[in-house]
Amino acid sequence: MQKSKPELQTEIKKRIAVTKFWDKVFLITGLLSTLVGLVLLFTLMADLFVNGFPRLSYKFLTSFPSRFPEEAGILSAWVGSFLVLLVTALASIPLGIAAGIYLEEYARKNWLTDIIEINIANLAGVPSIVYGLLALGLFVNFFKFGESILTGGLALALLILPMVIMATREAIRAIPNSIREASYALGATKWQTVQSHIIPYSTGGILTGVIIGLSRAIGETAPIITVGALTFIAFLPTSPFSSEFPFISFKWLLDPFTVMPIQMFNWVSRPQHEFQLNAAAAGIVLMIMTLLMNGVAIYIRYRFRRKIKW
Amino acid sequence: MVKELKAEVKKLNFYYGGVQALKEINLPIERRKVSALIGPSGCGKTTFLRCFNRMHDLYPHNRYEGEITLYPDNINIISPEIDPIEIRMQISMVFQKPNPFPKSIYENVAYGLRVRGTSKRAVLDEKVEKSLRGAALWDEVKDRLHHLAFDLSGGQQQRLCIARALATDPRILLFDEPTSALDPTATSKIEELIIQLKDEVTIIIVTHNMQQAARVSDYTAFMYLGEIVEYDKTDRIFTAPSNKLTEEYITGRFG
Repeated sequence: MQKSKPELQTEIKKRIAVTKFWDKVFLITGLLSTLVGLVLLFTLMADLFVNGFPRLSYKFLTSFPSRFPEEAGILSAWVGSFLVLLVTALASIPLGIAAGIYLEEYARKNWLTDIIEINIANLAGVPSIVYGLLALGLFVNFFKFGESILTGGLALALLILPMVIMATREAIRAIPNSIREASYALGATKWQTVQSHIIPYSTGGILTGVIIGLSRAIGETAPIITVGALTFIAFLPTSPFSSEFPFISFKWLLDPFTVMPIQMFNWVSRPQHEFQLNAAAAGIVLMIMTLLMNGVAIYIRYRFRRKIKW
Repeated sequence: MVKELKAEVKKLNFYYGGVQALKEINLPIERRKVSALIGPSGCGKTTFLRCFNRMHDLYPHNRYEGEITLYPDNINIISPEIDPIEIRMQISMVFQKPNPFPKSIYENVAYGLRVRGTSKRAVLDEKVEKSLRGAALWDEVKDRLHHLAFDLSGGQQQRLCIARALATDPRILLFDEPTSALDPTATSKIEELIIQLKDEVTIIIVTHNMQQAARVSDYTAFMYLGEIVEYDKTDRIFTAPSNKLTEEYITGRFG
């Protein structure tokens, strides 16, 4: 039976009202879900700041750990973190970029490269302690690097290598093929093309990936404990500069070390309340370091994006 | 006047894997003239053009048969014994969409020379200026040579790509639908440029715009389904084609 016109109109209005109701329901659910995350993060940060901020001082940054909480500092921890990250960066950047370039620009696309691709993606998801075990077996027991900065740095390098490779590949894939063809059409060889186009135009993306990888590495604890970092260190590694020829020393690579998260873990596990405050203060420093690194990554991405638009 | 050939295509077949894209192509390329390749989409004109600088070698499973002889040295461009890089050093290409490098205007033009190992500033400066003048771009960019090439308009970018291709003194200049991404004003500038350039270099141009072929070229080849249907002087092709198919295409009845 045909419905009359006003009847039809009321039906449509009802329909719209129902749909709009569900619209609102979803809006509120979405908003609440977002707020849960934000509020939790904010509470966490506020708690950390309230507890740790009073302990932050120049002295805190320049003192070794001590059994007296008010004299304890994070000097050996942040120096350790810095040196370990240095090794990580020096090892993972060239390896990761070279592997990424090889896979994108040189390797023929076949089942073998497909398997490699799947494996690299899987490696990025392997729990970090497994990398610690690998590093323990390979660098400590086999290569006899000891429980050193070198071992720690290389363990973290393995951990972030898949990330660097994937960031490199993605950045390279973003370069339009017409740019490669333009270069080849001018008579450039593969290496000339890679050197003067592929690498420079993907630098922004690669660096972003590297820094995000490093900012994950700086917070890693499990693999570092596995390779045998100490939890209490009251001295600095050998200085890389020496007064005698050749003025540069690599002895620090083989020195024992600790890193920020381990120092925090050590303090948290003590019964005295004052040590908990130290842990919070160290947490603030660690978080600032991570945020700074992420900030640099965002800035680099911005700089490069501004110059290159495909 | 005796015709002088720059290149000659003899019995060229080309395959993308198992698919034959070009069939038994024979074509003379006159020296310092503009030869146009026209035909409907998918007829193989771009595929054919890309044989001249061995672009197909960049991708796997492509195969050439036959000969493209480059005169006067009588080398076969598509011979597997000849390094494609050696060919690309002598035969330049301008692409469909302007594709400048995200570098400065200067570095874009200088890149071909740098690839060849030229790094002397004076030589580069001179070549860059000469090429930009050749591409009718010098006056517009001489004060901002070190600005990014992306700051130029589309038409300027395409003329920059022409300058980049000219900088290496090519023996043949290939144009692959060079104006299809440009507005009418920029298009007519490029067309004027092509007519000027033929005094110095042999040109092959692919175009899907028949008026363009009529305006700029001396010879025209009409391609259909991977074959050359007809080849003749441009004015003959457009006024008195001998093949029925050609006539139908140029009068707009298909394609």
